[in-house]
Amino acid sequence: MELNGSEILVQFLKDEGVEYVFGYPGGAVLHIYDALFQQDDVRHVLVRHEQGATHAADGYARASGKPGVVLVTSGPGATNAVTGIATAYLDSIPLVVITGQVATPFIGSDAFQEVDSVGITRPCVKHNFLVKNREDLAATLKKAFYVATSGRPGPVVVDVPKDVTDPGIRIPYEYPQEVSLRSYNPVTKGHPGQIKRAIKLLRAAQQPMIYTGGGVVLSEASDELIALTHKLGFPITNTLMGLGAYPATDKQFVGMLGMHGTYEANMAMHECDVLLAIGARFDDRVTGKIAEFCPNAKIVHVDIDPASISKNVKVDIPIVGDVKHVLTELIRELGSRDGNVDSAALEKWWRQINEWKSHNCLQYDRDSDVIKPQFVIEKLYEITGGEAYVTSDVGQHQMWAAQFYKFDKPRRWINSGGLGTMGFGLPAALGVKLAFPDSDVACVTGEASIQMCIQELSTAMQYMLPVKVINLNNGYMGMVRQWQEFFYESRYSHSYVDALPDFVKLAESYGHIGIRIEKPADVEGALKEAFGHKDRLVFLDFLTDKTENVYPMIAAGKGHHEMHMTPECKAPQSSERELA
Amino acid sequence: MRHILSLLMENESGALSRVAGLFSARGYNIESLTVAPTEDPTLSRMTLVTRGSEQIIEQIIKQLNKLVDVVKLIDLTEGEHIERELMLIKIRTADENQRAEIGRLAEPNGGTLVDESGDTVTVELIGSGDQLDAFINSVERSSIIETVRTGASGISRGTRSLRI
Repeated sequence: MELNGSEILVQFLKDEGVEYVFGYPGGAVLHIYDALFQQDDVRHVLVRHEQGATHAADGYARASGKPGVVLVTSGPGATNAVTGIATAYLDSIPLVVITGQVATPFIGSDAFQEVDSVGITRPCVKHNFLVKNREDLAATLKKAFYVATSGRPGPVVVDVPKDVTDPGIRIPYEYPQEVSLRSYNPVTKGHPGQIKRAIKLLRAAQQPMIYTGGGVVLSEASDELIALTHKLGFPITNTLMGLGAYPATDKQFVGMLGMHGTYEANMAMHECDVLLAIGARFDDRVTGKIAEFCPNAKIVHVDIDPASISKNVKVDIPIVGDVKHVLTELIRELGSRDGNVDSAALEKWWRQINEWKSHNCLQYDRDSDVIKPQFVIEKLYEITGGEAYVTSDVGQHQMWAAQFYKFDKPRRWINSGGLGTMGFGLPAALGVKLAFPDSDVACVTGEASIQMCIQELSTAMQYMLPVKVINLNNGYMGMVRQWQEFFYESRYSHSYVDALPDFVKLAESYGHIGIRIEKPADVEGALKEAFGHKDRLVFLDFLTDKTENVYPMIAAGKGHHEMHMTPECKAPQSSERELA
Repeated sequence: MRHILSLLMENESGALSRVAGLFSARGYNIESLTVAPTEDPTLSRMTLVTRGSEQIIEQIIKQLNKLVDVVKLIDLTEGEHIERELMLIKIRTADENQRAEIGRLAEPNGGTLVDESGDTVTVELIGSGDQLDAFINSVERSSIIETVRTGASGISRGTRSLRI
């Protein structure tokens, strides 16, 4: 069939199976918007700011496993999208971001709304393209989807000059079924020799530990991870990005690790003799001081990205491959019955771990007459039956959500782990709700983060996306305040927000329901009421303890064994474990 | 350690800036970089000289391989190889004697006088980076008007090769 460039773009998205495009119109993409207007297959979600479009597409991708698609105009449209693109890049989320560009004869002339989008996004995309000829448009889009979704996923930008989408020029269009890139062939199968070596090491382990990250979620390998972990009987910890890939309520789960990980997870990392790292990248928030990271351990690392291996921590047995495939092979190699591991040693190791666990490092003051943020998350967990999709912004509330909402399924916990982007939570929640309209979606946020993309409350109204906003409002940028308390002698430099809006009225002015909660006794009732409103967005403004801190905490540059514990916890705390 | 990396890349606009951007973004060192098309017009070949510990070189190679435009890569310094760089150097000479002296310096190093105009001579020299350095050091520094070097390019000896 003969189509113009704009129709090719829209028809391609339809043929690619794209349900939603998150975007914002402007001069360079007007032809495309006109083509969108004339069809009903690809649905467009109009956001209020391009950053919101990228985060919404990102949330959709994280929850559904399908690529998120964004359409923005040139210049400021593209630059506004950059934060969202970088957010997806750091967490390896598949996005295809289509940016309009000035017409090819104007490129390089500092034309109106011209910016070098390919140049600006180059360091924060998996790959990007500038489409100079309309004949290349469909094939380039196909490559973009293929690169974004295969191997280690990531965002891909396709920059489309306005003349390429000229409605007056028609050319033949056929959906490109095949795509091949001679320079891009992601590995899938792990090396069988390496897998055998890993098995040998795992069987000999006395104090083993499994540490898994977002790669397990991305690879859809949750079932395989559970099967392997049960077969081995080893303790397992997840990174912030890996939560839910292994059920938090399973008895082998020892909680999250790292800067705000549990005492038992971090101590087990420090004392383990064999570490099986799966789809995790040894991020600095996980490792703490590299020189003291797992000092006694031989390390097996399974990852699809060779560049992740031995980047921060030198490993002993690297296995490059798709996590799902490698885990399947590991399970097969282990044999049909138990894993033939050293069960006597393992029993002794579990006794030690259970002793660490018994300190109950996540306890907090339950008798407080101000609302404790941890309590809100616990109640959220109870009321949603642990089944909600939970997005978050960045800061203390993010850590409490990670610690206290026990995720049993992958793709339920959606947060900006790598880039740490405040403003992510609300638009991401809208994307999740579009993917799963019948599920509960909660955005756990704080009064500082929520204001960074608050305008998307308007998008939620337009598309009837009844997510629940759980605003843990302590008046401070809580994590900044916490660091200032610990490391800057309580000089709270610009971390207190003096002129907050009335969030209840704000929510109401956007057409939603707002509820303010000031007493612990009202928390449960408010949550029940909010989740009872199936078709309304409810903004819950919880006025929480202003001085609560996130514990345990490993200060930047300290080892896993140097945790600072909450005053409520009786876990051993040597003087060098004191902060600052 | 100094490493010479040879890359085959898609001959597309932006491919060079992906490589250069990678080095600046990750704080790697580039000593020299040359790039030109090959006998296959869809491919260009880049030679990149860098320094770093084994761990850093390993990361550089992995990160380069990750770039979608990089088709193939080898570390020439892992095996026997030939390294060549071309230099043009313009030198001020006061008289015939000095010009002759420059000629005598250049000749044993394979250099040729490619221009003599007024009181200057220009020498063309091809060799390894060290050989070019040695020549520069043998000339009186104040008499050097300008130098231009292509940066190293290289090829493996024998059967080892970089091709698709």
